Amino acid sequence: MQLQVTNSPFTSEQAELINKLLPTLTEAQINWLSGFLTFYRAGNAGSAAAQVATAVALEAPAAVEAPTAPQLPREATILFGSQTGNSQRLAGRLADKLKGQGFEVTLSAMNQYKTNKLKEVPYLFIVASTHGEGDPPDNALTFHEFMHSKRAPKLEGTKFSVLALGDTSYEFFCKTGQDFDVKLAELGAQRIVDRVDCDVDFEDAAAGWLAAVEGAVSAASASAAPAASGAATAAAPAAAGESEYTRANPFMAEVLDSLNLNGRGSDRETRHLELSLEGSGLTYAPGDAVGVYPQNDPALVDEIIAELKWNAEEAVVTGKSGETSPLRSALLHHYEITVLTKPLLEKAVAFTGNSRLAELVNNKEELKAYMNGRDLLDLLRDFAPWTLKAADIANLLRKLPPRLYSIASSVEAHPEEVHLTIRKVEYEAHGRDRKGVCSVYTSERLQPGDKLPIFIQQNPNFKPPVNPDTPVIMVGPGTGVAPFRAFLEEREESGAQGQTWLFYGDRHFVTDFLYQTDWQRMLKDGVLTKLDVAFSRDSKEKVYVQNRMLESGAQLYQWLENGAHVYVCGDEKHMAHDVHKALLSIIEQHGGKSADEAAAYVSALQEQGRYQRDVY
Amino acid sequence: MSKKVKVQPIGGKPSDVEELKLESNYLRGSLTESLSNRITGGLPELDNRLLKFHGSYMQDDRDYRNERQKQKLEPYYQFMLRVVTPGGLSTPAQWLLMDELADKYGTGSLKLTTRQAFQLHGVLKWNLKSTIQEINEALLTTLAACGDVSRNVMCNPNPYQSDIHSEVFGWSQKLTSHLAPKTPAYHEIWLDGEKVESGEEEVEPIYGKVYLPRKFKIGIAVPPMNDVDVFSQDLGYIAIVENGKLVGFNVSVGGGMGMTHGDTNTYPQLAKVIGFVTPDQILDVAEKTVTIQRDYGNRSVRKNARFKYTIDRHGLDWFVDELHDRLGWELQPAREFSFDNTGDRYGWVKGVGGKWNLTLYVQGGRVVDTAGIKLRTALREIAKIHTGDFRLTANQNLVIANVTSQKKTKIAALLKEHGVEEGGNYSALRRSALSCVALPTCGLAMAEAERYLPTLIDKLEPILEEAGLRDEEINIRMTGCPNGCARPALGEIAFIGKAQGRYNMYMGAGFTGDRLSKLYRENIAEEEIIATLTPIFKHFAVERNKGEHFGDFVVRTGYVKAVTDGTNFHD
Repeated sequence: MQLQVTNSPFTSEQAELINKLLPTLTEAQINWLSGFLTFYRAGNAGSAAAQVATAVALEAPAAVEAPTAPQLPREATILFGSQTGNSQRLAGRLADKLKGQGFEVTLSAMNQYKTNKLKEVPYLFIVASTHGEGDPPDNALTFHEFMHSKRAPKLEGTKFSVLALGDTSYEFFCKTGQDFDVKLAELGAQRIVDRVDCDVDFEDAAAGWLAAVEGAVSAASASAAPAASGAATAAAPAAAGESEYTRANPFMAEVLDSLNLNGRGSDRETRHLELSLEGSGLTYAPGDAVGVYPQNDPALVDEIIAELKWNAEEAVVTGKSGETSPLRSALLHHYEITVLTKPLLEKAVAFTGNSRLAELVNNKEELKAYMNGRDLLDLLRDFAPWTLKAADIANLLRKLPPRLYSIASSVEAHPEEVHLTIRKVEYEAHGRDRKGVCSVYTSERLQPGDKLPIFIQQNPNFKPPVNPDTPVIMVGPGTGVAPFRAFLEEREESGAQGQTWLFYGDRHFVTDFLYQTDWQRMLKDGVLTKLDVAFSRDSKEKVYVQNRMLESGAQLYQWLENGAHVYVCGDEKHMAHDVHKALLSIIEQHGGKSADEAAAYVSALQEQGRYQRDVY
Repeated sequence: MSKKVKVQPIGGKPSDVEELKLESNYLRGSLTESLSNRITGGLPELDNRLLKFHGSYMQDDRDYRNERQKQKLEPYYQFMLRVVTPGGLSTPAQWLLMDELADKYGTGSLKLTTRQAFQLHGVLKWNLKSTIQEINEALLTTLAACGDVSRNVMCNPNPYQSDIHSEVFGWSQKLTSHLAPKTPAYHEIWLDGEKVESGEEEVEPIYGKVYLPRKFKIGIAVPPMNDVDVFSQDLGYIAIVENGKLVGFNVSVGGGMGMTHGDTNTYPQLAKVIGFVTPDQILDVAEKTVTIQRDYGNRSVRKNARFKYTIDRHGLDWFVDELHDRLGWELQPAREFSFDNTGDRYGWVKGVGGKWNLTLYVQGGRVVDTAGIKLRTALREIAKIHTGDFRLTANQNLVIANVTSQKKTKIAALLKEHGVEEGGNYSALRRSALSCVALPTCGLAMAEAERYLPTLIDKLEPILEEAGLRDEEINIRMTGCPNGCARPALGEIAFIGKAQGRYNMYMGAGFTGDRLSKLYRENIAEEEIIATLTPIFKHFAVERNKGEHFGDFVVRTGYVKAVTDGTNFHD
């Protein structure tokens, strides 16, 4: 697109200059410039509610002068609320960029941040993810509550921006980030870059936000900015000793072993995958996760292609820079086809001759109900006739996101290996069998000797205590037990002496006791001090881990008083809530505390990093 | 009576099991604690040893043992529960309970054992206590169904002479209860009984602190039927009926089946008749015999600890003298008797008092529903209307006994409705077959038995048919190991497992249970078994003497030498 006098407000001289400049800009530079211009205008106009404009749709420029707004101190506070570590990592990247501009940066998890400092903060940046039904991550809970309480300070002197992470397949997409964004504006803070909401494939959108923020702060203190700053630091520098393999450049890990941990007769299947890290330079710590890039079910891909009578060999775009793949391969490896999202359905309206889809999209409740448990094939079958061409999928579908699995091994115990525990998800919905993308791929199609694209996802928010003598309480029913195998193996290798207590549960003792012989050995060797198990389907009364915790409440409270750390991993919807309730009730009952005191006790544990959760 | 030099017990360092029994505080051990451990479905070895006395063994599903090990799962531990039913008698209510427990806690089938007991398989540790409680509520027990004590006393369920049977059966019950362990441990552990602090000496007046050196088996036969294989018992009673009245029993001692592959110091042995006693004397004889074995049995080497070795070591005369000493009186000379078979007679028979008895063939003693034959369902339905009783036979079959004429029609109809044959239509070989449980649950098994013998018989039947031997009763027995649960040393044809699919083959036992079989081929698989037996069957069909049984034939024609005593079994 070329700017002309006729299609823009610019003089021919301005248009020529812009036309000359624009094609030379990298994407990062465009983002940076976008942020810069926004702030440039905001600074000049004094508008608190600046809107992010696209790089080329500019209003008439103000006089090109140095900003007249008073210079703010070059101090930035970056707060993150992170469950799996993505927000934390992105916050770290922003910190590096701002430091590169000569900023003094405070980088902190929200629950570690002293809120009385908030009033004096000149620049505040929030990076926060959202979980489940719009919930903040654990380390954002107390800060989120504080900001929405009467105690939240007026922030008229503060400039801010929010980066929100989430998943469009959930109803309350990016809610936590949105909450902060709205709240900060309400408190009088000035938004210098519009909030960006990232879907599961967050890298590009997040990089855009980072560059925009960098541009904006640069404009705010233009003359003083060092020449070397800016787009050059767009890519976060790799830390010393880090592997070249990342989320963007996954390592092809060979499958060394793959076995089903559930015995015959079980109605579940849980894969234990042993992957080789040999030659990757990848390493990890207990509590970290592995991101796996799966493949879609070939049968489902073929059904989709057949449904629209597409040509499986037709080349379609799969990469940012226009790389292409044959359609079948694109659907297998690059695009998400098992989940429906609101943006997808909204876009799809344009490709169907069936007016019912537009009606559905406009009815929030019905839309939500429809998306639940349905996939692309359902959509294609339910809303024919389609004008959708294979070439359109690049605009319609999300990129196939990697799946994160808590690591089930210690690299000290298994050098150059990483073990994962993946439960196969299969169910029937709306008249069709549904299969979990990654779990079914790894259990049914992935064979020892095959290679699997993976990366390591550090999780700084799920780490065993630094002091080897600190007692550890671990609650991990089902596949939630995976990281505790890593914790305990690590302790076995390091010879840590602190007491350990594991709560495990599943359906049936005989078939579903994951890693049973590992725990038995650890108990015998003393690495594991106590093991309590609950099998819900073996007795008339269903028994769960929280019941076992309550049974041993007095002792559990004693462990807490002795400084124990509590770790919870697994199902977020039910288990984590029930365990949390059990914990509160144990503290109330055995600590002789009121409900409020117990809640404060647990909050304190959380703030001290003594109550960490990895729930999903 | 000349005074002899007092024989000394064999001595030697007591085995680990002896130490365990001594320290168990009358069979308590740490069972209660081990049962409540939720981390493992099994028990530590020591508690498992003790558990046997309580009527249960820990087993695991050996089909999946290796697979589970790879899956980081412990073996599929499960428990076999054996229920003591003296003489194999159970009421319809008890039958219904066992049937219910098989579904509730077991694997959905009932096993009728070669010692006339019920076995439930696949009970999980957490369910053991409930199962045992429910069994006790039905006035049955598992106490002393296994372990180094006197076991379930066997008794002929003779449906032809019901009045004699009922008298003899009464003695089997009295013997069982007289010799039952008296420790309160069973009630404490399973039935939530009061913990009883007891004076040391009084707890087990017959057994003492360390119980017997090994298991001890008692059986009562009613001639002419030797279905209980009376000579395979440590202590046997042979009912003597004169003028239609039970006058007493001949006593036989020192039988036993078990041996160890490759150890000729171990061998099967037949009991010898030592005299006659009147009915009121048999409890005393049993008690004193048990105490002699208690005092003289080998407590150092378990595989030489059975009573038969005690007798062979010190001599039959020594035993009789010692018994007389302890009794304070002497046995009378043995009376005449004769056996004519060890099998069951199938079908309906009218007994004394006009009541009917039906002997049903139960393959491998396994009461289970299969595609065509809903045996378990049929028996459940029968138990609901039956006013008589059930009797488990020593050949793993079942007698539906004391059936009124009205109920007979209904029962016959129920059987027909569920596809159950009364037995007569099976080949004589199949009807005369006996097998132990073996794989996958028995920890001792080296080869299949219950699961495989029917298949082997499928392949032997056409050969017999061709030779015109379809109705020839030949005792065929198979066990997964040489411990002898299906009494293979008394099979005219017997297979003892050596390894998966491989067996030692024995022949030549007496049809009436009066002669042991002899090793004929070692370590052979199915193909060779069939190739070996085919010409012998043909030879038998052509050259047998009139009425000559297969076991006698193979001895006469020189396939095997007759075993005249257990001590020359290996010669």
